[in-house]
Amino acid sequence: MQKRSVFILSVLCFGFAFLYVPILIMMAYSFNASRLATVWGGFSTEWYGKLLQNDQVIDAALLSLRIAVVSATFATILGTLAGLTLARLGRFKGRTLFSGMISAPLIMPDVITGLSLLMLFVSLETLIGWPSGRGANTVTLAHITFSMAYVAIIVQSRLTSMDQSVEEAAMDLGSTPLRVLWDITLPIIAPAMISGWLLAFTLSLDDLVIASFTSGPGGTTLPMLIFSKVKLGVTPDINALATIIVCIVTLGVVLAGILMMRSERQRQLDEQRAQAEAAAPQPGIA
Amino acid sequence: MSAQDLAADNKAPAATGPGKFARWLNKDGWKRLVTGAPYLWLLVFFLAPFFIVAVISVSAAAYSIPPFTMPASWAALTENVATNFGYLIDDALYYTGYLNSLKIAANSTVLCLLIGYPMAYGIARSSGATRNILLLLIILPFWTSFLLRIYAWMGLLGNNGTINNVLVWLGIINEPIPMMNTEFAVYVGIVYSYLPFMILPLYANLERLDTTLNEAAMDLGSRPFRTFVDITLPLSLPGIIAGSMLVFIPATGEYVIPALLGRADSPMIGRVLFDEFFLNRDWPVASAVAVVLLFLLVVPIMIFNHYNAKAEGVE
Repeated sequence: MQKRSVFILSVLCFGFAFLYVPILIMMAYSFNASRLATVWGGFSTEWYGKLLQNDQVIDAALLSLRIAVVSATFATILGTLAGLTLARLGRFKGRTLFSGMISAPLIMPDVITGLSLLMLFVSLETLIGWPSGRGANTVTLAHITFSMAYVAIIVQSRLTSMDQSVEEAAMDLGSTPLRVLWDITLPIIAPAMISGWLLAFTLSLDDLVIASFTSGPGGTTLPMLIFSKVKLGVTPDINALATIIVCIVTLGVVLAGILMMRSERQRQLDEQRAQAEAAAPQPGIA
Repeated sequence: MSAQDLAADNKAPAATGPGKFARWLNKDGWKRLVTGAPYLWLLVFFLAPFFIVAVISVSAAAYSIPPFTMPASWAALTENVATNFGYLIDDALYYTGYLNSLKIAANSTVLCLLIGYPMAYGIARSSGATRNILLLLIILPFWTSFLLRIYAWMGLLGNNGTINNVLVWLGIINEPIPMMNTEFAVYVGIVYSYLPFMILPLYANLERLDTTLNEAAMDLGSRPFRTFVDITLPLSLPGIIAGSMLVFIPATGEYVIPALLGRADSPMIGRVLFDEFFLNRDWPVASAVAVVLLFLLVVPIMIFNHYNAKAEGVE
């Protein structure tokens, strides 16, 4: 027993080192004064200053943020509906196809998704004249499509782990299905919708391949810009940009994690209290 | 339920006034709206594109906008099929691309499993607060930019990179070992990027396992290793399958990792497809490459979907 836990402990240490050391080294080199990205030449924040003056980077970042906000919002709406369908609406005609179309985007290679969406946009433009040209709009449509699947899975798993009896009770008491949806189901899945939105947001912000296929002139997103630069090699200003992005994301995820853990704990406490009250002998009955 | 039915359902009641619309909505209409909106979206933006790619893969390349012409006759169609798919058989670039991708994806999946299983097991067996922190540490890379994490390895693996510099400085090697633009670098990149995808489903599975079975086996005199092989391993098979598919399928079509870390002379198929499209601008052949890739991945994708549906059914 002891031997195995030593083995598992060492794999855990190795695994986490493997996951984190490369990022930490890259962050350290973003403060390198030397232009040579891998030779240490003293501490400096010059690359951060240069980055903030680079209009190309700022423009691409703003475009990426805009696409990410819009696509995450639509993906959350559609994904929530899809999650509700899978978890609560039982069997219907075409359910197998539906659940297949929800889980396939999670694993579909980006090159296939990107190519096929581009072919769709080109064909639609030839046939009905929409979308005219490609750019931020087509990238947004593409991002909604692949990230709504992630939202759907998150919402669905939240719904299946929740007690359905509250919803049934409200129905029995004469509430309309829409009221139940609005007053009970939505508040229950709100945390899942928030994490779904955040995941859709970061997926959109991160996507290179699908955006490369579906974008057009004037639609250079931040990953596309970064990729065109890093193809030529490691540069200190990209190290700085990467450090900023990683720090923002880490902060966001840790904050969201803490908030969610806290609300989950509160919910468990409330449930325990409710159970304790229910179990306590009621004076009227006793 | 066809797209037209859905559209009709959505329009008809609205035209007859708000009162009726509300009644329709409360009866069954809300279900149709809830299901119909994402269904329609996925049919248009996820399913239809595959059929369009299939059609373009049997079209002929042309100097026009868009750069292909659809086959006008049966003879033209068979000729296009012979031309476009003929490339994939005749030209070594394509078939070695497929074989390379399948081999690298399969080996990476095994490597992820070998590293990921003990990690998932360790996390599932650790207690409350530690477990949450370890889990957060697994999920965090999942949220950080994929592209930037691959980029970080470019700084480590180069001839002037951190690893070579440290090894030379320590006196272990005299000359830097070439690691960038090798198959080794691609393996490192894939295992590094996809490890969390292996660990998360494995963890979800191992965490739910009933440990009393292990205790019972131990009480009956089974040794720890036997208990693991006879009980834990078979019970965690769904997690192993889900994790493996989550790694294998996207890794087969991977573009960014082989483009940044891999060799240019024996590329993976994702890179071949990307270059075929962006450098050669040959849409029909790029579509043919995608069709064959999808065909190769159909079985793993069905296994994954089957597992997902089963997991749904259990809960």
